[in-house]
Amino acid sequence: MPDTAQNKGRMLTFEILQYNPSDPQSKPHMVTYHLEETLGMTLFVALNMIREKFEPDLAFDFVCRAGICGSCGMMVNGKPLLACRTLTKDYPDGVIRLMPMPSFKLIKDLSVVTGQWMDGMSKRVESWIHSKEEVDITKLEKRIEPEVADATFELDRCIECGICVSSCATALMRPDFVGAVGLNRIARFDIDPHDERTAEDFYELVGDDSGIFGCMTLLGCEDNCPKNLPLQEKIAYMRRKLANVKDTGGGLEIRVEG
Amino acid sequence: MASIIEGYLGKRVDGTKSRMPARLDRWQSASGLFLGLFMWGHMLFVSSILISKDFMYTVTKMFEGSFLFAQPHPIIVTLSVTFVFAIFIIHAGLAMRKFPYKWKEYKMLKTHAFALKHEDTNLWMVQAFTGFMMFFIGSVHLYILMSNADKIGPFASSDRVWSDGMWPLYLLLLFAVELHGSIGLYRLCMKWGWCNGTDARAARKRLKKVKWAVTAFFLTLGLLTLAAYVKIGMEHRNDYGQRYHPTAIIAPLHLSAQEVPS
Repeated sequence: MPDTAQNKGRMLTFEILQYNPSDPQSKPHMVTYHLEETLGMTLFVALNMIREKFEPDLAFDFVCRAGICGSCGMMVNGKPLLACRTLTKDYPDGVIRLMPMPSFKLIKDLSVVTGQWMDGMSKRVESWIHSKEEVDITKLEKRIEPEVADATFELDRCIECGICVSSCATALMRPDFVGAVGLNRIARFDIDPHDERTAEDFYELVGDDSGIFGCMTLLGCEDNCPKNLPLQEKIAYMRRKLANVKDTGGGLEIRVEG
Repeated sequence: MASIIEGYLGKRVDGTKSRMPARLDRWQSASGLFLGLFMWGHMLFVSSILISKDFMYTVTKMFEGSFLFAQPHPIIVTLSVTFVFAIFIIHAGLAMRKFPYKWKEYKMLKTHAFALKHEDTNLWMVQAFTGFMMFFIGSVHLYILMSNADKIGPFASSDRVWSDGMWPLYLLLLFAVELHGSIGLYRLCMKWGWCNGTDARAARKRLKKVKWAVTAFFLTLGLLTLAAYVKIGMEHRNDYGQRYHPTAIIAPLHLSAQEVPS
């Protein structure tokens, strides 16, 4: 395409945080870049161009470029978004401020480790099937109703991008909060008939103020989840379920010896 | 002993988690629900002045037990206000657990809320701010009513609003209560999924509209009501302290046979 005045895109202004926490000399600061917009430009494309043209050292994460891997979450003008699915044309004034997602460990610039956080969450909610049944992998898996399977897979669509955590003021204020991603995971195993855990078992994992009862229903998760997971509905369901768990324990056994 | 062990070790003796966080969460919601619904009723009763002084007087006497006793008993109002005050304190105590209580938390919340521009997060900020306001202005109002339960009526209330200089407090209280209450009731529905139905997202949109309509209705009603008390208070300032006498009272009629018109 010839480079005529008609084909020229508008100039975009990118303000990008740059900071390397592992370098004692580094101070967090914003750097401004001007870049010509191209047709269908996403933040993924723009950031690669900035890295190519101006800042070879700029750190940001991408893998799939299609909103599936959940690697490229970042704060775009204050809102956590997947950069690969964010079009520059959606910013009419052409000013785009990029910051790393808070609440996750910062590696450098826009690159954060969501994996470490998600790993902690997975361990906390024991994110695996709990069953006493011996599984024989040479045989077909136990059948379940298609509706139940659909409901389980619906919640399994979570890509652990961390956007629900970064859009939740509770999670930002209280770093030990399990987050919508953790509560969604609990709801997923609650639906799955392969998992034999009861409400009492789930209560032991998230029945406290850093779990289900810490959620203040700000609904940032519900409104920002890039996969449109039904987070409000599922968190409310788990809250009803766990708030009504009967108290059968807590008694003191006194052992007398001698 | 079990409680001491749990206190020190953060674990119950049988290794299970305490059910207290669940109870506190339920009590916070239940106390909020009670106060939210109570404030709707309260506003409707207080606004009876917009119909007439006589009507407001009748409503007042009803709460003093006129439907049960021959004489009014303001102690009934004192006890009712004491009960509401107790729920108010319980709710405040439970809800303040959610406040940002360190500067770092506050800074994070403020930065996030301003940057995110997310309606429900901002509504929570309004709720936290109005809740904090009500610790003080709500307590002043409740204590005055508790200790002066016999001084409620078309003139007594108007004198309190205008001549006693309470109207600025009531103006602040009106906005604090109506915003906090309607946001709180909406959030309760979201928190427990009471109104989710078959399409939770559509239900939320509808509920949000209802929430704003309710806020607008009660704020308008509240402002008109406060204006009515201010007006009566200004007109009545020279007779400060004088109580209202209803213009018409349905009294038992005792007529002898001779007096009955033929």
